Amino acid sequence: MSIVVRNVTKTFAQFEALHDVSVEIPTGSLTALLGPSGSGKSTLLRVIAGLDTADSGSVYIEDRDATLLPPQRRQVGFVFQHYAPFKHMTVYDNIAFGLTVRKAGKIETKTRVNELLELVHLEKFQGRYPAQLSGGQRQRMALARALAVEPRVLLLDEPFGALDAQVRKELRAWLRRLHDDMHVTTVIVTHDQEEAMEVADEIVVLQDGRVQQVGHPHDVYEHPANDWVMSFLGPVTHFGELMVRPHDLDLAHEPSDGALRATVVRVTRLGFETRVDVDANGVPIYAQLAREATARLNLEPGTVVYVRHARGEPVSVAAAVGASWRPETESDDPPFE
Amino acid sequence: MADASGIVAVQGNRRTVSRYGLRFVALGYLLVLLAAPVAMVFYRSFQHGVGPIWRSLTSAEARSAIEVTLIVAISAVVLNTIFGVGAALLLVRRRFPGRHLLDVLVDIPQAVSPIVVGLALILVYGKFGFFGSWIERNGLKIIFSLPGMVLATAFVSLPLVVRSVAPVLAEIGDEQEQAARTLGANRWQTFRRITFPSIRDALAYGVVLSLARSLGEYGAVTVVSGHVVGKTMTLTLFIDERLQNFDQTAAYSAAVLLAIIAMGSLLISRRIRTRSRSSS
Amino acid sequence: MLIPLGAVIWKSQSNGWSDGWHQVTSPQAWAALKLTLTISVGVALFNLVMGTVIAWVLVRDDFPGKTVVELLIDLPFALPTIVAGVVLLSLYGTRSPVHVNIAYTRTAITVALLFVTLPFVVRTVQPVLIELDRDMEAAAASLGASPFLIARRIILPNLVPAMLTGTGLAFARAIGEFGSISLLSGNLPFRTEVSAVNIYNQIQSDNPVGAAAQSTVLLLIAFVVLFALDRLKRWGGRRG
Repeated sequence: MSIVVRNVTKTFAQFEALHDVSVEIPTGSLTALLGPSGSGKSTLLRVIAGLDTADSGSVYIEDRDATLLPPQRRQVGFVFQHYAPFKHMTVYDNIAFGLTVRKAGKIETKTRVNELLELVHLEKFQGRYPAQLSGGQRQRMALARALAVEPRVLLLDEPFGALDAQVRKELRAWLRRLHDDMHVTTVIVTHDQEEAMEVADEIVVLQDGRVQQVGHPHDVYEHPANDWVMSFLGPVTHFGELMVRPHDLDLAHEPSDGALRATVVRVTRLGFETRVDVDANGVPIYAQLAREATARLNLEPGTVVYVRHARGEPVSVAAAVGASWRPETESDDPPFE
Repeated sequence: MADASGIVAVQGNRRTVSRYGLRFVALGYLLVLLAAPVAMVFYRSFQHGVGPIWRSLTSAEARSAIEVTLIVAISAVVLNTIFGVGAALLLVRRRFPGRHLLDVLVDIPQAVSPIVVGLALILVYGKFGFFGSWIERNGLKIIFSLPGMVLATAFVSLPLVVRSVAPVLAEIGDEQEQAARTLGANRWQTFRRITFPSIRDALAYGVVLSLARSLGEYGAVTVVSGHVVGKTMTLTLFIDERLQNFDQTAAYSAAVLLAIIAMGSLLISRRIRTRSRSSS
Repeated sequence: MLIPLGAVIWKSQSNGWSDGWHQVTSPQAWAALKLTLTISVGVALFNLVMGTVIAWVLVRDDFPGKTVVELLIDLPFALPTIVAGVVLLSLYGTRSPVHVNIAYTRTAITVALLFVTLPFVVRTVQPVLIELDRDMEAAAASLGASPFLIARRIILPNLVPAMLTGTGLAFARAIGEFGSISLLSGNLPFRTEVSAVNIYNQIQSDNPVGAAAQSTVLLLIAFVVLFALDRLKRWGGRRG
C-alpha cells in the first residue's frame, strides 16, 4: 500500500471538511478522488501532501508515518488546479527547481530537465516564461516540475479543471498513458465523473467529507453503494419506486410484464442518442435510446408507450446503511474551495 | 487552504521565532520613528490643557493664516479637480503621440523638490521671468502673492487627482460613453451623466488627498510667498515664523491642528475607498 | 494643464551653461549635493528593507492594533513636511524627554528622511504581497524547499519590481525634501546643509542662476528615476 489514510478528520472554522476518513491507495495505481464541490476531496489530497494538517488521524506514505511531516519531507509531487507556476522563472528553471533545491549537479539537472521537457513536449519552450504559455502547456510544465524529483507519490488537484474541454480530454488521455509508462502511484482529484471513469484504476467517491464508496470505475457505476453515488456517477431516472439508468429503459408500443404505461412528452435528438421524456401518471421518466430504436418506434408527443426495464431487474440501490440520497440542490460552496 | 503564513512548517519553534522577530522589528521601528514622536507632539501641546492652544490659534495672525491657507488650498483643489480630470480623460481616452511621455510626466511633481517648484514659478511668472514683464504691464501680481501660492500648491498636488481617477476610467472602459453618444448625448451630457457618476468615488478620494496635501504644502509655498503676515502666510509658514520667534506654543498648536487634519483626511479617504470597493 | 510642467522644463534652460556648472561645483553647493545624495541613497535602501518587513508583517501576520498601524503608515504622506519636522523635534530635539538630541546633526537629516519616505516601499510592496499566489509557495514546499528558501527564491523575486519602484520613489522624494530637514538639521553649511536648502538660500540671496543650476541637477536625477521606474514597469509586465 502506497498511501494509507486512517480516521482523518479536518475542520476549518465551523466547517467539517473531512470526517473520519480512511482510504488505502495501492502502490502504482491511478486513483481518483471523486466528488462534488465541498466533498472534501481537495482537503484530503492536501492532507496527504502535508499542505494541510489533519486535526486527528494519521497518514502513512509507503509505510512511514507522515502525519506530522512537512511537505518538504514527504517526497510527494503536487500539481495544482491553477498550475502555480513560478512566474518569475523560465520553464526550464521551473522544472529544474526541485533539483536545484536538492543541489543537484548542473549536468545532472540538465539531463533530467531535458528528459522531462521531451516527455511533456515543451522542448521548444524552455526559455519562455509561464505567462507566455497556454493553459495546457503550463499544466504540462507543472507536471514535469513535479516529476523532476522522482516523487514516490504524484498528487493532482483538479489538474484539468481550468482548461478547455478539448485540451482537457487530450491531457486526460495523455496522463493515463504517462501513468502506464511510469507507474508512479498517482492520486487525482476531480469532480468530473467522466474523467474519473476514463482515467482511474480505482475511484474513491466522497461526499460531505465522508467516503461513500471505493472501487473500480465499472463497479462504482454498475453497483453504486447508495442512491447518491448512483446519481452522481451517471444519469438517473425513476422507474416506479426505483432509481435506474435511462439507457437501461426500453420503450415499446405493446404492453408487457412489469411495463409502465406512459405518454411521450418530448423527443430530443442528441446526436447518436435520443432522449425521450415520457409521463407515467404524473411521474416524469426519461429514457435514452439509440437512434435506430427511435426511428423504428416512430415516437411523437402524445403517443402511448410502455416503459420496460431492459435488464429485467432494475439496478437500483442497495441502500448503504444510513446513506440516503438527498434531492439535487447546489451544495453551498465552502469558503475556500 | 494553507494556514495564515502560507508556508507550512510543522517545526513550530522556528517559525514562531521568526514571526515574532519580524513583528518586533517592524513594530519597534514604527514606534520609534512614527508613533512616539507623534504622541509626543500631542502630549506637549495638550500638556497645559486646551486653553493655550485655543488662544494661539485664535490670535489674529493665526486666524488670518488659517484663512489664507483655506483660500489657497481650496482654489488649488478646484484647479486640480478640473485639470486633473481633464488630464485623466486625455490620458485614458485619447491616443496621441507623446501620450506615454505625458503619463510619465504627470508624476513629476511627486518626484521634484518643492523648492524647485517654487523656483520654477518665480522664473516664469516673477518680475524678471519669461512672462514677467507681460504680467507686470497688466497689473497682475503672481509671485509673492496669492495666485502664485495657488499655482505652486496646485502643481504639487495635481498627480494625486490624476492618479486616482485615471485607473478607474481605464477600468470601466468607454463602452457606456459610446452607448450614450449613439443615443444622442453630446460631450458635456455624456460627461455629466455617464462618466462623472462612475468616477465620483475615485474623484472624491483624489480630492481629499489633494486637499490634505494642499493644506500642508510648505516648501513650494515658502519660496513663492512673500511671507507677509496676515496676507500671504499660510498655516505652514505660520509655524515656521512662530518657531523663529521662539513662540513654541503657537507653533505646536498649529502643528497639532494640521496633524489632526492630516489624520482626519486619512480616515476619510480610507472610508471612501472601502465604501466604493464594497459597492462596486 | 501643461503650463506648469512646461514652466519647469523652460526654467531648466534659464542658466548659462558654463556659469551654471560653476555654480553647481562651488564647494558649498557641491558639499550639499554630495550630502543629499549619500544620505538619500542610504535612507532609501534602509527603508527598502524596513518597508518590506513592515509590508510582510501587515499582510502575513495578525496582531491587535493592526488597523491602527495601517493608518499610521500613511501619516508621513499626509503630514505637512514642517509638521513632520516639529513632530520629530519634539521627541528628539533639544528638549527631548528621552534625552536624545539630534538637532543640528546629520543624524537629524537621516531621521527626517526616514520618516518622510517610510510609506513608499510599504505601499508599493503591500498590494503585490496580497496578490501573491500562495500555491506557488505550496508548490515549492512540495518540491522540497525550506521556508527560508521559499522566501528567498519564490516570494522575494516576485516582490522585487515593487520594491524597486518604492525605493525609487522614496529616493526621489528624499533628495528634494525641505521642510522637515530645514527644521531639524540647522542647515549648517558643509555639515548639515541639504541641496534643497542650499537652493532656497540661493533664491533668497538673489542668485537665480546658482539656484537654477542645482535645481537642474536635481530635476535630471528625478527624471532619470521616473523613467527608470517606467521602464521597470514595462519590463515587469512582460513577465506577468
